[in-house]
Amino acid sequence: MENMRDLYQEVILDHNKNPRNFRKMETPDGFAHGNNPLCGDQIDVYLNLKDGVVDDISFDGHGCAICTASASMMTLALKGKTEAEAHALFESFHHALTEDAPYPDDVPLGKLKVLTGVKEYPVRVKCATLAWHTFDAALKKLQGEISTE
Amino acid sequence: MNNTAQYDVVSIRNDFPILGKKIHGKPLVYLDNAASSQHPVQVINAVKEFYESGYSNIHRGVHQLSQDATRAYENARASVRGFIKADCVHEVVFTSGTTESINLVAQSYARPLLKIGDEILITHMEHHSNIVPWQIVCEQTGAVLKVVPISDAGELEMDRFAELMNERTKLVSVVHVSNALGTVNPVKKIVNMAHAQGIPVLVDGAQAIPHIPLDVQELDCDFYAFSGHKIYGPTGIGVLYGKEKLLNAMPPYQGGGDMILSVSFEGTTYNALPYKFEAGTPNIAGAIGLGAAIEYVQKIGLGAIAAHEHGLLEYATSELKRIDGLRIIGEAEQKAGLVSFVLDCVHPHDIGTMLDAEGVAIRTGHHCAQPVMERFKVPATARASFGMYNTFGEIDVLSEAIRKTIGMFS
Repeated sequence: MENMRDLYQEVILDHNKNPRNFRKMETPDGFAHGNNPLCGDQIDVYLNLKDGVVDDISFDGHGCAICTASASMMTLALKGKTEAEAHALFESFHHALTEDAPYPDDVPLGKLKVLTGVKEYPVRVKCATLAWHTFDAALKKLQGEISTE
Repeated sequence: MNNTAQYDVVSIRNDFPILGKKIHGKPLVYLDNAASSQHPVQVINAVKEFYESGYSNIHRGVHQLSQDATRAYENARASVRGFIKADCVHEVVFTSGTTESINLVAQSYARPLLKIGDEILITHMEHHSNIVPWQIVCEQTGAVLKVVPISDAGELEMDRFAELMNERTKLVSVVHVSNALGTVNPVKKIVNMAHAQGIPVLVDGAQAIPHIPLDVQELDCDFYAFSGHKIYGPTGIGVLYGKEKLLNAMPPYQGGGDMILSVSFEGTTYNALPYKFEAGTPNIAGAIGLGAAIEYVQKIGLGAIAAHEHGLLEYATSELKRIDGLRIIGEAEQKAGLVSFVLDCVHPHDIGTMLDAEGVAIRTGHHCAQPVMERFKVPATARASFGMYNTFGEIDVLSEAIRKTIGMFS
């Protein structure tokens, strides 16, 4: 079970136990509800933009450790990013988890790298990407559900 | 418990080749039997031999192979009849599984009968496959789906069951053993209550069939549905038992070959039971595999298997209860075959991944029973389910793996 530390690194366990920006926003500019129908994970992402920059971002809901930690780390990574930067980071993160080819270096993943161990657990990739898909939907100010299916 | 003392689990395990497999370098501890059970060599060989030396289509061929295949297929039906103690073989309809069996009853029995305002009565602990077919038929007919509530222990509220049966109720469809909670429902009592008001009863036996000896005549249910792959047989084969009188009165479920006596463009005469409900080339190898599985179970003795599994259930329940932060979901007095649980600090999906690293295969999620999850206010559970080949030592491996998981996450 010790080899599970590659997946469940300390940083991930810490974000799971103490998720950052884990709160509801009353009047967000953007909001979306994310749902993984297979495992029941539910995430709401709230987003405030100021001059095209992510001024505030938060989430609530429930999910597994991978899902919760990914959502928490996502909020830290996205704060202060422009919409274009945020979208590029989403693309890069998604690429790192789903593609065999190395992700492009021009959008460094930084701390998000610890989540790339999920790639070895294909059924769990959706857990790590749920918050990001939800953010993407919120960014586009799409109302309604988004699914990672 | 004498059966348990004589029960030779080592020799049973030797019959199941997959149990020798290593997962992540650890011996496989297969505790996902409620999803699907593994197969003894007797079943694997029956299917293999059929394909190697006995294969042909059935019923229509005059050549030797076709006659042999037909005999093997019908022998499997006879094995099922004997196993469930049906009055006659033509009350045993082969389907693709429990799901198709229930859909068949919904569309062929219920749909022609239902009128606006009629009611179908199910319970809160049903698998989606005993909910959705009724929702579909209710949409088609204007009938209403009524649901019997369950208690905090995970038992049916029998008083409410009685209250919900009335002159509008056209069918009761109830699960024998809950796949999410392990509850064994008092189906005999339910059948008696329903019949007292002239209401027929379908029993979803998907989870019960490998654990509880069945006598459909004694139970007096009108329909009983189960799948081959939960009782050590192949996937894609299942059974609908139905009382002859009811099956005879029902229109066919699907049209095609084999379910007809004669076809012309002026009209078609349907075949007799059970062929009326077996349109198209059936899962011949699956039926033969199921027959072999039933023979295997009968050789060990379902009573002895049930006693062994009851011992496993009691041991697992007491061992898991000793783990701090673990809560068992479903604590009915009568349970069979499985323990559903949640941990305070670890989500079920993380439990599943962590246990897998120890070679322990369990199921995590909503178990296709989302209303049960909502009733117990959990998004998902972890579920360890037992089969005839599981051992007390494997329960220890499970407990230890759960403790390690908690250790890592807390």
